[in-house]
Amino acid sequence: MELNDVKKILEALLFVAEQPLPVKALEELFEKEFSKEQIETLLQDIAREYEMRGSALIMREIAGGWQFSSRPEFGPWIRKLFKERLTYKLSNSALETLSIIAYKQPITRGEIEEIRGVEVSAVLDTLMERRLVKIAGRKETIGRPLLYGTTAEFLKSFGLKRLEDLPSVESLVPPAGIEDEAKTEEPANDSLDKDAAEGSKIEDIERN
Amino acid sequence: MGDSNIESQNTSGIDVRLDNFEGPLDLLLYLIRKDDLDIYDIPIAQITQEYLSYLDIMKELNLESVGSFLVMASTLMQIKAQMLLPSPESEENEGPDPRAELINKLLEYQRYKEAALILAGYGEKEKDIFYRAAGPEFENDDFSLTASVFDLLKSFQRVLDQAPREIGKILREEIPLEVKIREILDRLEENVSIGFAELFTPGMSRREMIVIFLALLELIRLRQISARQSEMFGEIRIFREAVVLAETSIPGEEPSPNPPTEANS
Repeated sequence: MELNDVKKILEALLFVAEQPLPVKALEELFEKEFSKEQIETLLQDIAREYEMRGSALIMREIAGGWQFSSRPEFGPWIRKLFKERLTYKLSNSALETLSIIAYKQPITRGEIEEIRGVEVSAVLDTLMERRLVKIAGRKETIGRPLLYGTTAEFLKSFGLKRLEDLPSVESLVPPAGIEDEAKTEEPANDSLDKDAAEGSKIEDIERN
Repeated sequence: MGDSNIESQNTSGIDVRLDNFEGPLDLLLYLIRKDDLDIYDIPIAQITQEYLSYLDIMKELNLESVGSFLVMASTLMQIKAQMLLPSPESEENEGPDPRAELINKLLEYQRYKEAALILAGYGEKEKDIFYRAAGPEFENDDFSLTASVFDLLKSFQRVLDQAPREIGKILREEIPLEVKIREILDRLEENVSIGFAELFTPGMSRREMIVIFLALLELIRLRQISARQSEMFGEIRIFREAVVLAETSIPGEEPSPNPPTEANS
């Protein structure tokens, strides 16, 4: 297969993709006939071509993959077309909770509350509803509290390619290596061994 | 979704939770900024007094949820008392600063506030950028049979058989159905389909498995997902339903402000 054909295929794939396409997935799609670097270069070529031709679309690396988006200057028109889908701006408390989760994931509700000094369940619900936050497993401590983490939607909403791109604030280090597909079940990170700071509910233990 | 959160409902039916907006740490940071105080050397007496005056207003307004503010007030008064007590050690060794823990908390919280601010800026830059929301739908030739509830039960039986029996004490965990529903939908967000068995992982408790199974049945009832197999008694896979019925809402969830409206039917 000619590289030029591959480029066209990639363009078609990206056109229909509703999620960012990771380079790795593309490599597998072509059954490793092409290296990651080759694919990466082709993707960048496509991105550049769109840019040069002054297209209304941008091809960009976002949330762990590549995807087309519309250019920001057309935002108001898109908003107008889809006005019934309008969402609300996140409140400060939602943003703060989100940033705590982003840096400290996977994290339990109790641990978030410990940092914020207030109850966060309502805010968490909002963040889950907006799909910025997801359940990332359970912590293996008393009560097995749920762990929360951020989603690909979170990365998209804030224009981040990956979690490591979080702004580094003094002594706040973006979590490295936590794959977004950490999925459910086992906490991806066992180092969180300080006992569950369960400021909230102490789950009852019962004989069954 | 807020119904899990009983303690926030007061008897008057009015639910003004101040701490959904700002908490005691916000108030302290606010006071520190307002009076241009040194966060590393907080004049505890002064700040306690100011803090309490805000607490008075909150009580006046009859805000039910000043709980976390009260806790902080007592922390402040405790620190104040400790500062007044002569240190048991002599002058040259003052012992730990009673404020240290509070200061660390404030500093940590402040950093997250800062990060939140930067994130908000990032979000602002992205707000006019839009992505394709739904990909094309395909007819799936391989999994064209709809699995019956008996197929599902049989498969679930197999999963349960493989799960270890829990002996002795069991943590009664709260696994709300909605959480599992959300998890299943989330996984289907990223994948078009999931194998039935993949929904259950070895470490899971039977209880959790049962809740997942119930969530599955509920989602099938709501026609959000479908269980399909390629042949009779074959492997079951769970698919996201192509047609999203905008009016079906998930139990325990308020209709979201941005309903997925797909035109194809």
